[in-house]
Amino acid sequence: MVQHVSDRLDASFAALSDPTRRGVLEQLGRADASITDLAARFDMTLTGIKKHVGVLEQAGLVITEKVGRVRTCTLGPHRLEEETAWLERHRQLWDARFDALDNVLEELKQKEKVNGRKKRK
Amino acid sequence: MDVRKENDTALMKNRTAVERTSEREFVVTRTFDAPARLVFEAWTKPELLKRWWAPKSMGASLLSCEVDARVGGSYRFGFGQGGAEVIAFFGKYLEVKPYSRLVWTNEEGAGGTAVTTVTFEEKAGKTLLVLRELHPSKEAVDEAIGFGEGLRETFGQLDELLATLGASRQGL
Repeated sequence: MVQHVSDRLDASFAALSDPTRRGVLEQLGRADASITDLAARFDMTLTGIKKHVGVLEQAGLVITEKVGRVRTCTLGPHRLEEETAWLERHRQLWDARFDALDNVLEELKQKEKVNGRKKRK
Repeated sequence: MDVRKENDTALMKNRTAVERTSEREFVVTRTFDAPARLVFEAWTKPELLKRWWAPKSMGASLLSCEVDARVGGSYRFGFGQGGAEVIAFFGKYLEVKPYSRLVWTNEEGAGGTAVTTVTFEEKAGKTLLVLRELHPSKEAVDEAIGFGEGLRETFGQLDELLATLGASRQGL
């Protein structure tokens, strides 16, 4: 069970390592789209976008369904949340730290300015 | 090439980005509006580190902060609540290259030693900071990600929240 979850996480992280694929997920978060829609939006060939969607589908992040000649892509249920929730928690910690660091740096810069002026005088 | 593109974006927006780059590695990127010299100083002087390493949102306060930023020097951050230490992070500095590079070990984990590498790259008065966390094994990363009851509980709550949001949206 744990191995299964861990394999799935690996596949998901690999799928998420590409900016186009992250873009596709963002897009599908807003609305379902066909392969043709996605190819147009990301300025790619049908073959190119199919490859990306294939990787996302294997990782369980996206589900596709062919009706007639149109293949529609939808976000897979719950998969994305597991990975992004962890990364997002991690990001939030660093972001909060770095906001505090911004303040420290601003103060150091001001101090240097004042000291620089004193030295010049 | 993609990393470079993302770095440029990060430069413009001052946004913190976190990415998993391999089975064992995570990378955090952020740009600071200050020269590398000052950013480096804020990462190596305990009196400065103390002021930003434990932001309020972390939920634990920094009780002690000992930092000897020299090759072979140690550091130790003690965190706690209500004055009692609950957890400590500690290790040694492997590389200390003023204004450009810091490497230290993280020795608190049971699953082995993780290594953190921070690089400071100055560009037009701003500093691009790249922090790499290399974990000892994939298992250690899985542990860090901590999918377990706690996480499942969180997702359960998230599901409830989403259901509530969905219901209120339909009501509108």
